[in-house]
Amino acid sequence: MKKTMLVIISMLSLTLALNAQKIKGSDTVLPLSQKEAESYMKANPSGRVTVTGGGSGVGISALVDGTADIAQSSRRIKFMEKHKIKESGKTLREVIVAYDALAIVIHPSNPISNMTREQLEDIFTGKITNWKQVGGSDLKIVAYSRETSSGTYEFFKKSVLKDKNYVTGIMSLPATGAIIQSIGQTKGAIGYVGVAYLNPSVKPVSVSYDAGKTFIAPTIENARNKTYPVVRPLYYYYTKSDAKIKKYIDFVLSPAGQKLVAEMGYVKAN
Amino acid sequence: MIKNKFFKRLIEKGVEAMLTLSGAVTSIIILFMCIFLFVEGFGLFKSSTVEEGYSIYVNSENPVSELSPQELKQIFDSEVTNWKEFGGKDQAIRVYRFDEIFKTYPEEEMGEDFSILPIVLGDVVRENEGIVAFLPTDFAPEANNGIKMIPADQISFSDFFLGEEWLPTATPSPLFGLMPLLLGTLLVSLLAISIALPLGLGVAIYLSELADERTRRFMKPVIELLAGIPSVVYGFFGLVVLAPIIQKTFNLPVGETALTGGVILAIMALPTIISIAEDAMRNTPREMREASLALGATKWQTIYKVIIPYSKSGISAAVVLGIGRAIGETMAVLMVTGNGAMIPGSVFDSVRTIPATIAAELGEAPFSGPHYQSLFLLGCVLFVITMVISVASEVISKKQNYKH
Repeated sequence: MKKTMLVIISMLSLTLALNAQKIKGSDTVLPLSQKEAESYMKANPSGRVTVTGGGSGVGISALVDGTADIAQSSRRIKFMEKHKIKESGKTLREVIVAYDALAIVIHPSNPISNMTREQLEDIFTGKITNWKQVGGSDLKIVAYSRETSSGTYEFFKKSVLKDKNYVTGIMSLPATGAIIQSIGQTKGAIGYVGVAYLNPSVKPVSVSYDAGKTFIAPTIENARNKTYPVVRPLYYYYTKSDAKIKKYIDFVLSPAGQKLVAEMGYVKAN
Repeated sequence: MIKNKFFKRLIEKGVEAMLTLSGAVTSIIILFMCIFLFVEGFGLFKSSTVEEGYSIYVNSENPVSELSPQELKQIFDSEVTNWKEFGGKDQAIRVYRFDEIFKTYPEEEMGEDFSILPIVLGDVVRENEGIVAFLPTDFAPEANNGIKMIPADQISFSDFFLGEEWLPTATPSPLFGLMPLLLGTLLVSLLAISIALPLGLGVAIYLSELADERTRRFMKPVIELLAGIPSVVYGFFGLVVLAPIIQKTFNLPVGETALTGGVILAIMALPTIISIAEDAMRNTPREMREASLALGATKWQTIYKVIIPYSKSGISAAVVLGIGRAIGETMAVLMVTGNGAMIPGSVFDSVRTIPATIAAELGEAPFSGPHYQSLFLLGCVLFVITMVISVASEVISKKQNYKH
């Protein structure tokens, strides 16, 4: 019994590997791609899509050496990566499948509700260490960050810290869930999470990117109408103009595919 | 009959050969692993201090011709904004990252294969006297007339072993400082063992000498069950239950501290310490106990003067295994210590341990890059620490046997 199962499974995976569209890359995009692939295969029983994670950089290098058909990425392709793909004689195609908004969150008891980008930069680079320096109560600031391997870490560094390094010894946690848990139980805490993960145990703050003129709350609506500034596009990169790949990407961008995007808590691409 | 005997011998020979082979294979695998670990790890000292494929350029009017990784970090983090702090002119530093070129010149204007890019970049460096530019070596301008390259050193032993900052993904110059991680690991392990050892020995003495048979039969499996709980579950418990308790009790700004990690590790090391120490104590011969009691010693005196000295080597084995568990433990510590990579000033600071760093970062460290190699080197450090501990314990237990 077990043997036949094993044989069937290995045969199945072999056939899968032969015709499947292989998607590889960012762990942020991974759950979305999985969901999309699932309903794509339900709608097209002949189509096969396999999705694996590993990080944006891993996906793009798999695209270069041809072990993946689509690279999913939570950041824009870097110039050097683009250059490598060009050198290997392929043409790069880029498509934005969704947007992900990052919310800045604090403990619910904290009276602060608006912050400027400059204040956030000073907090995460260690120049501001007490909430009273930004108009709050006399409380030490505890800043939480994601691990260095995360695409979210890189995006926050680029967008909010303007490429400066995080303060040495910043608290870093391996997952978004752990960040929410810690911020919910630490009075002076501040951190960043995807808008999809917001829940009542943390309080999101409105952010201003124009030095305090307008403060925008992190909501899906504000991210959609492009007023909320801390938003990053999620990309698919591919090189072949294959009909199968095109069919899958068309599905992701179709109303049915974009409905899944909204269900996952991301912002629709169109 | 003869055939049967021959067959038996054959089987015996076969089994013997297999046992020898498995021993040999295991030793060879262990040896290979060590060699692999150290070769990968020491590759770090061959890599450059500046990110691979990139170089640092300044205007040739600038008298500064060398910048250390720390100085580069200070410049690119805007902590230092004037060249005179590094022995240059009294002039503002203009930080220039490669991407900025596309703000002034669109990508499409760079020509076939970006052939114009080095020329444009060269103009930028030539025109700004205070510039420090971080550019990919493939597209960098030639280092003459008005442009000077800052040579990058190789990462040195002291950069790693004495470095006080762990910023493995910093650009342009990643910092691989072992000190905060090593001290963090040692602090957490020390805390764990100083909590677990007295507690564990106490329980072991109680179980082997004082508890009645029924209690013992109930307690021992329960304690051993603790050893079977996955470490992630301990970590989760620590994060959700223990961290808030510690935060409230000591009135701290944050509950994820070295102490939290120490307490969780102590709980995890307890079953090992208890069961090994208890076994050692119960192995004390009945005659020795009875002789001691017959001489008029009380129960406590017997425990203190006879049983503990007799089972010292077993107890030290328990301690070593406990420390080993504490130093190598990954998941639970990753979740409860906050992972702030700084040199801990007290037990209430957040710490980042070596195993937690490897677990959290290896997943996305580029293959065979300096970051990847530095994580292997951390593994080597961990390996050396545990080896020193087990050798030390071996020596200690041997010495005690001589006395008796």
